[in-house]
Amino acid sequence: MPVPIHLPSALAAQTGGLRQHLGDGHTVGAVLDDLVARFPAVGPRLRDEHGEPYPFVTVYLNDEDIRLSDGFATTVCEGDEIVIVPAVAGG
Amino acid sequence: MATLITPQREAALSHQELTRYSRHLLLPEVGPEGQRKLKAARVLLIGAGGLGSPAALYLAAAGIGTLGIVDFDVVDVTNLQRQVLHGTSDVGRSKLASAIDRLREINPYVQVEPHEVRFSRDNALDLVGRYDLVVDGTDNFATRYLVNDACVLAGVPNVYGSIFRFDGQVSVFCTAEGPCYRCLYPEPPPPGLVPSCAEGGVLGVLPGLVGTLQASEALKLILGIGDPLIGRLLLVDALGARWRTLKAKRNPQCPACGTRTLTTLIDYDQFCGINVASAAADEVPAITPREFVEQRARGQDPLLLDVREPHEILVAEYPDAQLVPLGSLGEAIPALPRDRDIVVACRSGARSAKAVRQLQAAGFVRVWNLEGGILRWSDEVDPSIAKY
Repeated sequence: MPVPIHLPSALAAQTGGLRQHLGDGHTVGAVLDDLVARFPAVGPRLRDEHGEPYPFVTVYLNDEDIRLSDGFATTVCEGDEIVIVPAVAGG
Repeated sequence: MATLITPQREAALSHQELTRYSRHLLLPEVGPEGQRKLKAARVLLIGAGGLGSPAALYLAAAGIGTLGIVDFDVVDVTNLQRQVLHGTSDVGRSKLASAIDRLREINPYVQVEPHEVRFSRDNALDLVGRYDLVVDGTDNFATRYLVNDACVLAGVPNVYGSIFRFDGQVSVFCTAEGPCYRCLYPEPPPPGLVPSCAEGGVLGVLPGLVGTLQASEALKLILGIGDPLIGRLLLVDALGARWRTLKAKRNPQCPACGTRTLTTLIDYDQFCGINVASAAADEVPAITPREFVEQRARGQDPLLLDVREPHEILVAEYPDAQLVPLGSLGEAIPALPRDRDIVVACRSGARSAKAVRQLQAAGFVRVWNLEGGILRWSDEVDPSIAKY
């Protein structure tokens, strides 16, 4: 099931210059795995060396932070969207 | 929602002020009562830069009675692309002096309280505690965590805004009912992972969008109207012209606003790994641009490896350099010579220091960092090269 993934412009360089992608999978982690399989350079920007979420990159399924549900094991359904929101500090 | 200003604090308005604020008074949500609240309000802007500029201009125009501004920086010509509080003739002046002049011209009824200090854990609680509300216009992670913790400890709402390249974030943290910045981001990224705007760039109008949203949220909180961004994170995507609102919930495990185990301010540089990073940068072997040019003049032939991005070369180019952007260095390593000195260069010397460490980890020993990058090259070797 293809799920839209929205990336900030800062990560587009790692994903062929595009900020919107589709990933296949039944969990948030699997969908991101599918993206990383096509764009390996973005992998370390999305999860740590143990495959866990970073404390400074929030992953949303629709408008919910996955850390407050089942993390990368959170199930995705038809019509869901994933939004990646890294911490930025510019002012 | 509840207002931050009790009726007892409302400040009387003169005839001139009533006329000035006519378009506010016509709004039933503001009216004379709301305008008296704005006049009574004390707002602390931390940073008079990209975000602080539009926030200060609009908050002053709106009639906020007292605007405290914390900044110790000087106006630089590279600020003018986005920091609209300052003008060309202000280059070299303190940002606070420039801000005071500009804000007085916008609205002489506003009392500006300048704090020309570095916002630190020594003064943060004292400063924040003297205001009703904080607008976070800082530009680094260490100060953002400091602002957050000071606001939680002092019980002062923090109108947060942050920007990078084409993306912005806005929220309201540190209220009685909502989350704080630590709930959203429990820890900062390691130093160097997320570039600053000085390294990665920012669309000049983006802080205008985000800073005015911060001003709007501040006005709503003071007036007690509308739905402020408490418990919500607003993403501003300037490239896509899209706004998206996400939920930001209080984390019961948050040491600041959840368990409240964080009872005093901490060492934020250490929390953000800054001391460790700068110590590591010092360990990299280095050469100055002048020394490098003298080496070349003596007939030595070190390879000058430029790790900047291709679009940066269009602005300022090193003579006879090989371009390998930092992100592609890993792939380029097998083709780099191990029997020749390599001098790695970038804009300021930060990215090249990383590249030197990467090359050292790959077994290169004859590798140096070009100290100060092309900025110092322009100062010391060739002033015709543009600084950016």
